[in-house]
Amino acid sequence: MDNIRLLIDFGSTFTKVVAVDLTKEEIVATARVPSTVESDITVGLGEALRKIEENTGIGNLEEKEALACSSAAGGLRMVCAGFVPELTSKAANLAALGAGAKVVGYYSYKLTQKEAREIEASAPDIVLLAGGTDGGDEKVIIHNAEMLSRTGKNITNIIIAGNKTTHDDIKAILRENSKNVIYTKNVMPEIGTLDVAPCNREIRELFMKNIIEAKGIARAKAIIKDVIMPTPSAVLEAARLLADGRDGDKGFGALIVIDVGGATTDVHSIADGKPARPDTIVAGLPEPYEKRTVEGDLGLKYNLDRLTELCKDRETPPGFEEIVRSFHEGKLPQTEEEIACHRLLTCLTVEAAVSRHAGRIEVVYSPTGERLVQYGKDLTGVKTVIGTGGPVIFSDNSREILSHALYREENPFILKPKNPYFYVDAEYILYAVGLLSQTDPKRALNLARKYLKRI
Amino acid sequence: MKKAPTIITGTVGMDAHVIGTKVVSRALKDAGFNVVALGMQVSPEEFISVAQETNADAILMTSLYGMAELDLKGFNDKRMEAGLGDVLLYIGGNLVIGRYDPREVEPRFKNLGFDRVYPPETDIVAVIESDLKKDLKARGKM
Repeated sequence: MDNIRLLIDFGSTFTKVVAVDLTKEEIVATARVPSTVESDITVGLGEALRKIEENTGIGNLEEKEALACSSAAGGLRMVCAGFVPELTSKAANLAALGAGAKVVGYYSYKLTQKEAREIEASAPDIVLLAGGTDGGDEKVIIHNAEMLSRTGKNITNIIIAGNKTTHDDIKAILRENSKNVIYTKNVMPEIGTLDVAPCNREIRELFMKNIIEAKGIARAKAIIKDVIMPTPSAVLEAARLLADGRDGDKGFGALIVIDVGGATTDVHSIADGKPARPDTIVAGLPEPYEKRTVEGDLGLKYNLDRLTELCKDRETPPGFEEIVRSFHEGKLPQTEEEIACHRLLTCLTVEAAVSRHAGRIEVVYSPTGERLVQYGKDLTGVKTVIGTGGPVIFSDNSREILSHALYREENPFILKPKNPYFYVDAEYILYAVGLLSQTDPKRALNLARKYLKRI
Repeated sequence: MKKAPTIITGTVGMDAHVIGTKVVSRALKDAGFNVVALGMQVSPEEFISVAQETNADAILMTSLYGMAELDLKGFNDKRMEAGLGDVLLYIGGNLVIGRYDPREVEPRFKNLGFDRVYPPETDIVAVIESDLKKDLKARGKM
């Protein structure tokens, strides 16, 4: 008896399928076909399954148990609005990112009419409203709910995760509306406390129940059981499983996953991020143990201009500008020079993305001497860095690329890892590990241990 | 009945002497206030953003190391800009270095926007009863 499980990722460009033998804990086959979300998502999926059948001879794949995640049709697009930028706005943003969303708009204080129109025009899947600690400010979130109540059909799903004492007022404001409004716990119930888990759950629930339906992804249910989460969320689940371990396997401990893509670069860190030096003062909102950041301006396909800008003060290989121009036109790196240029761009992407994700130290000169103040997470002690995404996986020198995530003596104020081991997701299975972790965590972990390549 | 007023406490700037603010926080809690205790080394900006987000009614700062004036440079402008002109501001402790005449120091802190300025060894319970409650009532916050 085989015990095959299918793990599927409906991406914006490719639909990927990994077939896993759960008994042997190994990959049986993988397939990658162009996504067909625009017309009918099941066409591409059917094709991928046929490919796997041809390669393995295993029949009746449709009857196997399957789990899927999706970033197709723009992914999960969210707008966040809070009160003070570094408090509830930031908390809302962290909650959305942690649920695997793409944050397409980010607002603070009372929304203006212009901003409300902007939000409406961006047609997000969900608007997340925060503002005020529990028992704290009420004016801003109520005002913002009022602004949203006047918007049209482009805004259908609203999650309220602010000051709980405003729920009744907001209900009264949005009662006459046909909008789907969900009330959940405050993402910042009191100063210094971040509570994003309940909000994360609501976002994921909404994604499963409504959003995949609206995007035509739910059609896949004709073939498979369910689409359970956005793809970035699956990667985050995998990262958490790898860090924390399961059933006697202690896992890798604190780690960072860098996912370089065509349009964006994601960085996930699973680490408490406490200061390495006890005399350091920690300032600002505490960041979550599982933190995800998305760099919307760093991607190897759609953001080449921004990357070339980063190259300005660096030594570039011969013919650099011309080669980058050819990348613009959709050329893939083939010659030695082209590969070198592509690698340089990937290195800079990793360097910039991890630098923004990691915490930083500021030296404050006070009347009583020098003080170190830490903002964000100290990742200097992290011992595992995992690279994924096409530009890292398919590079001829993934190690060089990932080494750009390292701490640098020239800039000791950015708290990046000092001495980690590097791994590459050579088989492109991190999302699959995340999906499988929902039902068979131990097997998912064993699978990851088997296929992550130490470099 | 109105809900209990929200009061923010902490030592301002780079001062790490945390005992004073702990005593203040405890006394406020015992008196039934809703206390947001920020602890030690709280920057003026943090007092402001926390007051916005919690809709605070008063801020009670403490400082012992004598450098409060330096830590609070520009504070009044910043809090006015942040729309917190209505928040009651108290400060107490060892506000300048060495022995000093409180009558001389008080106007300097009043210029920084503080409503009341207290010398070392002030009785916090007496302050809550005689000043804080009166001031909050006068502003319709209690």
